[in-house]
Amino acid sequence: MLLLIDHLTRYRYDAPVRGVVQSHRLTPSLHEGQQVIDWQVTVTGGIAGGSFRDGAGDVVQGWSVKGPVSEIEVRVRGKVATTDTAGVLRGHRESVAVEAYLRDTSLTEASGGLGTLARVVEGEENRLAACHALSRAVSEAVTYVPGATASHTTAAEALEAGEGVCQDHAHILCAVARANMIPARYVSGYLLADAEGKAHQAAHAWAELFIPGLGWVGFDPANECCPDDRYVRLGSGLDAREAAPIRGSARSTGAETLDVTVAVLATQQ
Amino acid sequence: MPQFNEMYQGDQTRPPYAGLEAWMKAMPADLRIQKQAEAEALFRRIGITFAVYGEGGDPDRLIPFDMFPRVFTHSEWAKLDRGIKQRARALNAFLTDVYGRGEIIRAGRIPANLVYQNEAYERAVAGFVPPKGVYSHIVGIDIVRTGPTDFFVLEDNCRTPSGVSYMLESREMMMRMFPDLFRENRIEPVDRYHEALRRTLMSVAPAKCQGEPTVVILTPGHFNSAYYEHSFLADLMGVELVEGADLFVDGEFVYMRTTEGPKRVDVIYRRIDDAFLDPLCFRPDSMLGVPGLMDVYRSGGVSICSAPGAGVADDKAVYTYVPEMIRFYLGEEPILQNVPTWKCAGEEDLKYVLDKLPELVVKEVHGSGGYGMLVGPKSSKEEIETFRHKILKDPSNYIAQPTLSLSTTPTFVEEGVAPRHVDLRPYCLVGERIELVPGGLTRVALREGSLVVNSSQGGGVKDTWVLAE
Amino acid sequence: MLSRTADNLYWIARYMERAETLARLLEVGARMSLLPTAQGFRNEWESILNATGQIGAFQKKYDSFAQRNIESFLFFDRDNPSSIASCITAARENGRIVRTALTGQVWDALNTAFQELRQIERTPRSQLELSRLTDWTTKHTAMLRGAIDATLLRNDGYDFLNLGFALERADATARIIDVKYYVLLPRAGVIGAGAENDQWSMLLRALNLNRAFHWAYGGELTAQKIAHFLILNPACPRALMTCGQEIDTALTHLAKLYGRETEAQHLAQGLLQGLNASSPEAIFDEGLHDFLTRFIREIAALAGAVHDSYLSGDM
Repeated sequence: MLLLIDHLTRYRYDAPVRGVVQSHRLTPSLHEGQQVIDWQVTVTGGIAGGSFRDGAGDVVQGWSVKGPVSEIEVRVRGKVATTDTAGVLRGHRESVAVEAYLRDTSLTEASGGLGTLARVVEGEENRLAACHALSRAVSEAVTYVPGATASHTTAAEALEAGEGVCQDHAHILCAVARANMIPARYVSGYLLADAEGKAHQAAHAWAELFIPGLGWVGFDPANECCPDDRYVRLGSGLDAREAAPIRGSARSTGAETLDVTVAVLATQQ
Repeated sequence: MPQFNEMYQGDQTRPPYAGLEAWMKAMPADLRIQKQAEAEALFRRIGITFAVYGEGGDPDRLIPFDMFPRVFTHSEWAKLDRGIKQRARALNAFLTDVYGRGEIIRAGRIPANLVYQNEAYERAVAGFVPPKGVYSHIVGIDIVRTGPTDFFVLEDNCRTPSGVSYMLESREMMMRMFPDLFRENRIEPVDRYHEALRRTLMSVAPAKCQGEPTVVILTPGHFNSAYYEHSFLADLMGVELVEGADLFVDGEFVYMRTTEGPKRVDVIYRRIDDAFLDPLCFRPDSMLGVPGLMDVYRSGGVSICSAPGAGVADDKAVYTYVPEMIRFYLGEEPILQNVPTWKCAGEEDLKYVLDKLPELVVKEVHGSGGYGMLVGPKSSKEEIETFRHKILKDPSNYIAQPTLSLSTTPTFVEEGVAPRHVDLRPYCLVGERIELVPGGLTRVALREGSLVVNSSQGGGVKDTWVLAE
Repeated sequence: MLSRTADNLYWIARYMERAETLARLLEVGARMSLLPTAQGFRNEWESILNATGQIGAFQKKYDSFAQRNIESFLFFDRDNPSSIASCITAARENGRIVRTALTGQVWDALNTAFQELRQIERTPRSQLELSRLTDWTTKHTAMLRGAIDATLLRNDGYDFLNLGFALERADATARIIDVKYYVLLPRAGVIGAGAENDQWSMLLRALNLNRAFHWAYGGELTAQKIAHFLILNPACPRALMTCGQEIDTALTHLAKLYGRETEAQHLAQGLLQGLNASSPEAIFDEGLHDFLTRFIREIAALAGAVHDSYLSGDM
């Protein structure tokens, strides 16, 4: 499938800031399931900094903006050709040891009801089957309700609330997988919205679990499936904060407001 | 327990201390007291103070200085020198490996979880090789002695070992107060340390650096207990002492804010922890770091010494595998031995440790500064039982070692001269070359019978001599 | 040098000079309160607080203008960031941060002042005469100045110290002269020339400038002569003119050293030209208070330019 992406993030500062520094994971991963035809990231007034592929295989690009500025726009536009690999991440070059993804973060700590949820696969010998079962269990445990949680909501809190968004689904899946000693990571990317809507999911997140023999395999509890050719993968981390497509810091004392619009369209050309 | 006295063997004075015998005997009590006061006044005037961690109180407390030097012969030092450098090479080889292909883990010589699930392991550094392949540029190795030829490594410090200012200032103080001693004994100088440190730091400048590299020391600020050392080293090397807010990222590089405008920085000798280096990469609430620093680092615009993640090599649980690293990477036998260590994470070891608690020293795997440890023979039954519960709650957080009978050296005390236990921390520099100045920081437990040499718990320092050949 | 280092040096000087000013103001107040009036003795402490611009903060904490309260507030009070104790502590802390940019003697001067301050704070108040406190303060500020002039390298660090001293002193002198304005204003019509001259005379005495004045001017003490002395005479160490010249010297040196002129140089030159073109007559025509208010504003703008051009690190 050919996917067109237009992703605009606008930062507004209530007082002019003296400078902004950002770190982007905004470039589609290099793997067999996706091929970049065209890709462009622009930052208003931004100077591109160092760029490199990190140990997880993500393309990282630094940016800095000299102040004073009151508004910054990060615009991502591009075209990606995708193929369905049934969620399997193939041909992705990375060097971080798989065991490093057994570690918890404060957002994915397996506390509260997560222990019980993790036990649904107790005794399941087949790793792939266990992963599917965990993903299904997460879908059932947490209903998709936009706005029910915030960016700092932990996996345990979201599970307790029983409501959440894709970030919460992915966090919970990572937590219960790791509780079963299955290496797991949080993935951020784009999703072509289906006919019924859920357009606000265009900036999307899911999880990848490690299955010996297959490697990293994506699971999307929010949509009860494995990522296919509607998905564009950007980057990964132990949790949403680590995998964030944009991390930034402004030199200021004032407040910042954020405005994000993402459009993903399928095209024939 | 028999204790090795470094000065006396029975009635005989051991050769390295021969030159000090007469000096000690010829020093009347009043002169000693006068000199001691002189030293203290000097230390206070220069401003070498040590803030005791977590105790509040006087922020300008002096670290006690003992005027009686500790002495090594040339040949004793030669062995230490080889052993320390060997260890520093192996530790760096280990770091290169675990942030690369992890051969030692694939070979089954070190358990994967010990490394990859270690809190000190930084994923952000994986797949990155720093300039010259060096991760830990200043390796502080804590060594104790139990006999004429018996040295044991107590722990490694691969991040930012502190205390080198005391090594340099103790020597300065001794040379000022007792110049005759230095005329009569041939003592290897240590005052080229700062040149060696600067050379080491400059040798690991990043690929994008043009011309002479600009080096800075990054401090958490003047409230830090080691601030004196940070400013002392910056001054000796003639480099700027910066705080996070003095640095900023612009494009591909890091700059410092100067009165003449931005100046590019090539090498950062950081004295702040990984977690605070860059709020975009590590703790987002850190005010001490530089936003965007890690991106510049990984794209070759700046060098950070030590590399983020270097701490995985000095973890107390990883420590037990250092002899294995030496064999694996260097194909050599360790010159310096580890202290036998039981890992409470293992069931058999745990059982042994719990049985023998009154005889052992138990430490937290991630602890430092002598905190959170149990010295069995020096503890009451109650203390031992309390600690037993702590271990049982989280066994993998503890390791145990036999109580070593640390060597003693003569030390000036109220009544005159008496033996006190000591350890040694030399500072090995790793850059393009490996360098070790002949000397180190000797810490002394000033309380009679005490084995705890940490300055935060009543330890003092003394000058460390290596005699020339 | 690091902008932060320059900032620390600059503030060492400002804080120490501020401590000196407070000591001088305390002396002025003490002397003025000894003057007899129709109602007995006059209380001028309110005008002293007005001159420091801190009257609001004082009234929040203390209920009367008793001398003891004033002493507490202006000398000892750590809640008052401009008390002498706070200033000396802050100066010493700034010094500790840039310890290596100072000579041993300069650090000693700062550190000794701080250590002695801690002793004073432990001494019962009944044993502390105001004159002892003010003498102690001016002695230590002078010692710091001496150590700087005798031992410090004449580099940019020296310039930033001098900028701090001169800017703070310019501001302080203007405020001290202005005390006269607050003292006289409500009674302007009532008090005769004799009383006014008494006050001028006391002001000079408190500033330790009375003898210098008489050597320089002789004869009758007039407002014109004093304004000339404290504002326009470059021989007077506290005169606004002298401060202006010192600021200009330091900034000119920095511009040469860095090969770059900034807004700070332009403002300093403007300030100096204004003073050069002025005269006592012109000042009294404008009104002394108005002139001083304008001058204080210009000094603040200049300090702002120094901050933006050198100390903030945002060039």
